[in-house]
Amino acid sequence: MISSESNIQKNLFKKSREEWKELLVNNAIIIVIFAIILFIVISEPSFVSIAVFRNILTQSAVRLILAYGVAGIIILQGTDLSLGRMVGFAAVVSGSLLQRADYANRFYPDMEALPLIVPLLIAIIVCVVFSAINGFVVAKFHIHPFLATMGMMITLYGILSIYFASGAPGPQPIGGFDDRYTQLVIGSTLGIPNLVIIAALISVFIWILWNKTTFGKNMYAVGGNPEAAKVSGVNVMVTFLLVYTLAGVMYGIGGFLEAARIGSANNGTGFGYELDAIAACVVGGISFSGGIGKVSGAVAGVLMFTIISYGMTFIGMDQYFQYIIKGIIIVAAVSLDTKKYLKKS
Amino acid sequence: MQEEYLLSIKDVCKSFSGVKVLKNVCLNIKPGTIHSLMGENGAGKSTLMKCLFGIYKQDEGEFFFKGEPFNFTDPKHALENGVSMVHQELNQVTKRTITDNIWLGRYPTKGMFVDEKKMLKDTLDLFKRLNIHLDPRTRLDQLSVSQRQMVEIAKAVSYDAKIIVLDEPTSSLTSHEVEMLFDIMRVLKDGGVGIVYISHKMEEIFEVSDEVTILRDGFYIGTEKIEDLTMEKIVNMMVGRDLDDRFPQKDNEPGDIHMAVKNLSTKYPPFVHDVNFELRRGEILGVAGLVGAGRTEMLEAIFGARTLTSGEIHIDGKKIDNSTPHKSINNKFALLTEERRETGLYPIADITFNSCISNISSYKNKMGFLVDKQMKEDTDLQIKNMRIKTPNRREKIRSLSGGNQQKVIIGRWLLTNPDILLLDEPTRGIDVGAKYEIYQLIINLAKSGKSIIVVSSEMPELLGITNRIMVMSNGYVAGTVNTEETTQTEIFNLSTKFLNNSREAEV
Repeated sequence: MISSESNIQKNLFKKSREEWKELLVNNAIIIVIFAIILFIVISEPSFVSIAVFRNILTQSAVRLILAYGVAGIIILQGTDLSLGRMVGFAAVVSGSLLQRADYANRFYPDMEALPLIVPLLIAIIVCVVFSAINGFVVAKFHIHPFLATMGMMITLYGILSIYFASGAPGPQPIGGFDDRYTQLVIGSTLGIPNLVIIAALISVFIWILWNKTTFGKNMYAVGGNPEAAKVSGVNVMVTFLLVYTLAGVMYGIGGFLEAARIGSANNGTGFGYELDAIAACVVGGISFSGGIGKVSGAVAGVLMFTIISYGMTFIGMDQYFQYIIKGIIIVAAVSLDTKKYLKKS
Repeated sequence: MQEEYLLSIKDVCKSFSGVKVLKNVCLNIKPGTIHSLMGENGAGKSTLMKCLFGIYKQDEGEFFFKGEPFNFTDPKHALENGVSMVHQELNQVTKRTITDNIWLGRYPTKGMFVDEKKMLKDTLDLFKRLNIHLDPRTRLDQLSVSQRQMVEIAKAVSYDAKIIVLDEPTSSLTSHEVEMLFDIMRVLKDGGVGIVYISHKMEEIFEVSDEVTILRDGFYIGTEKIEDLTMEKIVNMMVGRDLDDRFPQKDNEPGDIHMAVKNLSTKYPPFVHDVNFELRRGEILGVAGLVGAGRTEMLEAIFGARTLTSGEIHIDGKKIDNSTPHKSINNKFALLTEERRETGLYPIADITFNSCISNISSYKNKMGFLVDKQMKEDTDLQIKNMRIKTPNRREKIRSLSGGNQQKVIIGRWLLTNPDILLLDEPTRGIDVGAKYEIYQLIINLAKSGKSIIVVSSEMPELLGITNRIMVMSNGYVAGTVNTEETTQTEIFNLSTKFLNNSREAEV
């Protein structure tokens, strides 16, 4: 370790041009993203404002919570395609249980107003059950998580749509949410958006869980080398179930928040969110090879994506152009990240 | 009677699908001794250990630990009862720190949280006892193989292991690292631990063991005190036949200069700095050096598998382009990689596939389809020429022994008809009998006009089969010596030449 460090230092002085190039390549993705931000700021200087900053943080909040969920699974060398549908399920369930009493098209026309915690818990439980099934199937039958969660994604869409159609008004978007619910999610406390506060609290919780508990260390160990963890007495099955359960909790909370943030929910809510969350994790350095990933990485990944998409919309860039840029960023970020580990070629 | 032994294995038998692989095997380990377990590959050493650790269930026989009969259900169970094994292929979470690895599965907690302070302190205490100088907060992927091995041994000790099985721990260590390992083993021995030491290296067995037990073809051959043994006697017991010499007659004759390597330097670490040498036609050139000296990297650089900052390769005085492995293969180079399992084998594929894959385009017919018949013929020819022990060419390569796997891979490269063979640790993990055959093969290839570079960590092997030895140190060539005129001391001194001159020495 020491030899390579001093080598790099020595060579930095010896052939600095060569090494500067290296430095540029290694940090290319950050440089590119800053270049994009700079471009946005130059074309529209009003981008630099408290209001924009606030909006970006608010828009990042739910994405970040979802990213934490799937990040744990990625650390276990997995992935979760069913994330979006789980979020949709949580959103529809929360929305259907929290409509205003005077709203015309109520899902449950005669239901009393519930305490907010009840729908939240139900949303979490629904997601935890489905996510734990994912975890069980992956750990027990050694099915690749891509396939296991793809199956879950399709199955869930069916169940979700049946539930969605079973309400009193039939399959119609669920809206007219209870004011307490809307207020909790889109309101502010002491000038800070509640969503941002919630995301910050969850970030602290996840950081402690990942870094300071046996669960977190076991997660990294199982993700880094399942065989080694097993012979050292880590219960791999339990670790899988816990990580997928935690993901379910995050999806449940995310879906609950998302319905109120958008102001309505239907069986298509959440579709495609899995790819956003996975992309943010990967750009943030949470490696698909497993065993590597930090809370700060998830935060950085989510913020980068939000800033870029918000900023590009802000300067009025065509939406399809945005897709092209985002897609390129994902592949570029991963290939550059991989290059850091593969010093060979 | 049994009380005298810490671990006692009595008359263990084990069969797989009707074939008896262990026949009444016994092993008795006294406390405070280093007990070597020897035998050719396939002699039953690993099967015996797997029975001990509960991975297999023995058909007959008993195990006694401190006089009590026992049967472990799995390695974890054994570990908790003071019997642990350090595997040849280290099973660690390389992306985590030393402390995280040692205490994995039993992190000390304070309330809800992991007690990092206690973990760090316990690790430091452990390292102090074993005289290991590493920062416990280092990630394992920053360590060398030998350092990682020490971590694994420390882990075994932390479980208060009374019996530690070391499975070929020195196969990838340099002599200096081996000495450090032996020091730790002696510390443990003085603490009353019984060590089972599995190795193929004679010199080490004589240096470190107290007793030796030898198995052959699943039979228990005998246990002797090391004072009563000689190298010849061990070899006789192991192979059941006389090997008057461990190395075949070296009768190749180097000719004119075949390849010249000039100013070879790599761009990325581990670095190779300004390597210059010449290789004669039909010559066997050894490459010696400590682990981390850049030997493997030098071979990879020649083969086009590493990015260069400078360097030219000349064949018969003409400059050639070896910038990618593909081009190198076209230039008639072949590289036998060090990590057979990782970079050489297609384990679930059969021998035919493994033999023909590097040369697959030459089996195409005019239509562009592959011709099975030609591949089968070539594979059968290799199996016959190289005396590969296998029922047929359709056998999956992973079911062969290490020596036979190596032969298949050498055979694969021979099918590409190379002129220059780069062999990286060609006999690692291979038993004495198979080694001899590989040596003979290498010498025969040299006699047929092929030029060969052999990288090896086994000094006797380099002295036994090469014509000249180039010694590398810290990425530089420290010197080249004539095999006939050199000594182990001279090579060792050369290999440490650049360690002190620069600040880059490994800690």
